[in-house]
Amino acid sequence: MPKITIDAQQVDVPEGITVLQAVEAAGIEVPVFCYHPKLSIAGNCRMCLVELEGCPKPIASCAMPVSPGMAIRTNTPMVQKSRQSNLEFLLINHPLDCPICDQAGECDLQDITVAYGGDASRYDLNKRAVPNLDLGPLIETSMNRCIQCTRCVRFATEIAGDSELGALGRGEDMAIGTALHHAITSELSGNMIDICPVGALTSKPYSAHARSWELTHTPSIDVLDGVGSAIRIDTRGLEVMRILPRQNDAVNEDWISDKTRFFYDGLKYQRLDTPYVRGKNGELTPASWDQAFKAIAKRLKGVPGDRIAALAGNLVDAESMVALKDLMEALGSPHLDCRQDGAQSAGARCSYLFNTTIQGIERADVCLLIGTNPRWEAPLINARLRKTYVASGLPVFRMGPVHDLGYPVEELGNDPTLLEKILKGRHPFAETLKAAKKPMMILGQDVLRRKDSQALLSLARDIAEKYGFIQSAPCWNGFNVLHTVASRVGGLDLGFVPGPQGWDTSHILQAAAHKKLEVVYLLGVDEIDMQPFKGTFVIYQGHHGDRGAHGADVILPGAACTEKSGTYVNTEGRVQRTFKAVFPPGQAKEDWKIIRALSETLGVPLPYNTLAQVRARLVAVNPLFDETDTVQRAAWEPFGEKGDILPEPFKPIIDNFYMTDPISRHSLIMAKCTGRDHG
Amino acid sequence: MLTPANRIFTNLQGQQDWRMKEAKARGDWDNTKKLLQKGPENIIQEITTSGLRGRGGAGFPTGKKWSFMPKVEEGRPHYLIINADESEPGTCKDRDLLRYEPHKLIEGSLLAGMAVGAHVGYIYIRGEFHRETEILEAAIAEAYKAGYLGKNACKSGVDFDLYVHRGAGAYICGEETALIESLEGRKGMPRLKPPFPANIGLYGCPTIINNVETLAAVPTILRRGGAWFASLGTPGNAGTKIFCLSGHVNTPCVVEEEMGIPLKELIEAHGGGIRGGWKKLQAVIPGGSSVPLIPKDICETVRMDFTSLCDVKSALGTGGVIVMDTSTDIVRAIARLSKFYMIESCGQCTPCREGTGWMWRMLTRLAEGIGTPHDIDQLESVTHAIEGHTICALGEAAAWPIQGLIRHFRGEMEGRL
Repeated sequence: MPKITIDAQQVDVPEGITVLQAVEAAGIEVPVFCYHPKLSIAGNCRMCLVELEGCPKPIASCAMPVSPGMAIRTNTPMVQKSRQSNLEFLLINHPLDCPICDQAGECDLQDITVAYGGDASRYDLNKRAVPNLDLGPLIETSMNRCIQCTRCVRFATEIAGDSELGALGRGEDMAIGTALHHAITSELSGNMIDICPVGALTSKPYSAHARSWELTHTPSIDVLDGVGSAIRIDTRGLEVMRILPRQNDAVNEDWISDKTRFFYDGLKYQRLDTPYVRGKNGELTPASWDQAFKAIAKRLKGVPGDRIAALAGNLVDAESMVALKDLMEALGSPHLDCRQDGAQSAGARCSYLFNTTIQGIERADVCLLIGTNPRWEAPLINARLRKTYVASGLPVFRMGPVHDLGYPVEELGNDPTLLEKILKGRHPFAETLKAAKKPMMILGQDVLRRKDSQALLSLARDIAEKYGFIQSAPCWNGFNVLHTVASRVGGLDLGFVPGPQGWDTSHILQAAAHKKLEVVYLLGVDEIDMQPFKGTFVIYQGHHGDRGAHGADVILPGAACTEKSGTYVNTEGRVQRTFKAVFPPGQAKEDWKIIRALSETLGVPLPYNTLAQVRARLVAVNPLFDETDTVQRAAWEPFGEKGDILPEPFKPIIDNFYMTDPISRHSLIMAKCTGRDHG
Repeated sequence: MLTPANRIFTNLQGQQDWRMKEAKARGDWDNTKKLLQKGPENIIQEITTSGLRGRGGAGFPTGKKWSFMPKVEEGRPHYLIINADESEPGTCKDRDLLRYEPHKLIEGSLLAGMAVGAHVGYIYIRGEFHRETEILEAAIAEAYKAGYLGKNACKSGVDFDLYVHRGAGAYICGEETALIESLEGRKGMPRLKPPFPANIGLYGCPTIINNVETLAAVPTILRRGGAWFASLGTPGNAGTKIFCLSGHVNTPCVVEEEMGIPLKELIEAHGGGIRGGWKKLQAVIPGGSSVPLIPKDICETVRMDFTSLCDVKSALGTGGVIVMDTSTDIVRAIARLSKFYMIESCGQCTPCREGTGWMWRMLTRLAEGIGTPHDIDQLESVTHAIEGHTICALGEAAAWPIQGLIRHFRGEMEGRL
């Protein structure tokens, strides 16, 4: 630990850090523009200059490594003068349009100028004019404001993996741009808006909609994929104005995907804001809660439990699932499933988790992707894979449909039977696995949806055991299942799966088609074929008038993810909570409350009245729910069944990244992104 | 005055042919094997003894620079880069070396490469030097043919390959780390230091970058001994230096002279005096466009070496002596240089990107007599705000000429307002 002096204060600092990190650790603020902890060091803004004793010039603290005995000063006249003059340089060509700039109030240049700048500019010449760029439907540009810090360029090149932006031109004419004037297509592009220290890159959908100081911030969790990125929901009144990432190095670092960031306008369209009951003429008509509940009670009367079924959808929180599970138990139905896509994940917890953990990816030295496209199924996990590739050259192999992931991938061929060869050591890849110290594999959802899913799981397990994917000391589990929906792991953890003699999704559909099913309860289920339910009484509870609601007999309007406090378990098995940012529209209610109220009408009241009581019930069902924000590792237990592997290739499960759920399907912004990529 | 016997570059004016045969007659490639067999440590020691300082402008001791290279290759190859991107206005010494003495450079590169453990050398030559590139490539081909380069160069057991890479015409690519970026195929923008190229340079490997003149002097120094070289010049400013005399002298020329020669003697003896006589002298930029000018009274006495010029707040730089007589509009002249630096700024870091244009615009305004005396103070403070705050030395290069102008010609500037 080198000892250094910072402003006459002796500190011990870890080796290998920069002066800037040391100074910040000592609690002293240093203004920066180009420096970003997650990006490479550019050292071009010259804002972080500090004085190093014995050095005639000030040094760029972001780029200077600490060495023992250094004496750093951050508050000398030399440093103050350099900061002041540097800000003057930055401002000579920066428009003073803060009153109409979306960045105002959260602008680094504004804040740092107030703190360190001079009071007036001495520049009396003309300012530079830079043409704006059209970067597509998400990013608004105002390039006059650009201070050429190149954070966006470095983000595109280093994190997103597409060199879509560059600093073109030299000297005064240096400007950020795309060489061929095309739109930015990266699914992580919105992060450039966050890292832009000024108002050069701002959010197009949010443009001129609100001032940053009018917004209320609610910390929450993203539920549009299985990653569970930490987000901040910014609201004004009843409206979600924008969504920003929160830093969580264990999951999403500083980033979120464009879908997470921009889906929110879908919350405003096609919402279910009042209960509906299908009338005698076959049309859905608005009803009161009481009428809706009574209609359900009337239909359920005398129906035996085994002719009732319930399915839970992709965005559903654990609280409403446990309530529905308890209700189904009370009604005597064993037919439950939280896997509307028909995936066969269940049983041992280790068989359905991303056991390596997202942060653990960085320690892997070989990665095998089986039937998955992480770039669309979990962009942040793909970003982590890319980060590991950049840092340590992680070799990635793929067995599945080909798709550009932003880093080199070696194709083994889209043939599941290769797994048998690999297990028997008859494939060259077996040698790679033998040499690996920390191998990992990622199984996509398509693996689990296939008829031979149990055989594939068993085979993958055998490979994992044979080639050292499972190590006890130090602990390493390289067997991973990548979930694409937020509710899945929670549903599996609390057992929202068929009970004894219960039917799973495909059997429920079959039973409905064969008229063996009288009532089905769809909790936010929209990704399913509604045709078989023609003769079934369908209760749909959800927030959007999407596929599920169209075929319903009774619609119970629920709350969307920003409108309720819920518990979700991400693909790693991390229990996380969302917080209510706004109220549900109209008469819509939080989902567990609807089920609780319905149970009263049905005469089987559930034993909880508050959120705390539901959560206590969750913990009673599975103690895992007691501990939030940490991953509880799953023990390595048996799973899978030996069987024949079908030679059919793996299929992609997402054909449009921007529209995967009822909210994003109704978002205009997502439609524009779809048009950009598919139009 | 340098005696002909002590002259290193005997074909600097191109009196003889540049080819191998004549070069050998001048002493090049004379038992290079013996020099190579001295071993890296002895060579570095000899160069350190000679007191040779880098001739590219900064004057960093060459022996010291070489000694920064890791002594053994640790899994990374070492590289030698020869900086032939001579773009400093007023400087044309490397160009003549490339034209008339290419074998001195090639031999020096081989010796330097051996000394720093590099098996590959890249000559980064200014794109505009088309003829020079042809000559250099022909000379390298001659050296390969003679067995002086390549595998077992000069039968010494040393492997050394030399490649020529043409630049695309950016002044900033003469800055060593920008040159590396450009050589790697990226936009020529200086890198942050540390790490220094001797540790992390070309492709992340230890790299030594030397100016053409520095390396071309190396064979002769090794043949005649470091002590001989050190005996020339003044203490701390050893040896000989090529000066480029241009501007209002009667006979502009490129000439090798001893370090520490009085400027007046240099101008009178080699430049044929000032146009219209010494009394017509207004100012001299003694070391290429990036150094502060010195007015006539200083020119009377100043000696041409690193320390003497530093004492008068200028610098030796590249040795490009630009002479301006009284017919020169000195403010406009410096404003023109200022424009050059604005255009050549790479745009990477704030003070240089924003400041060079500001300085040029203010200086142009002052040259036209528009503005107030306060503008001169403001301009000076802008130059100080750039100086020392940038990634590379282009910030200083842009600021210094203006500081020199204000220091010595403030009266002239105020007079025209």
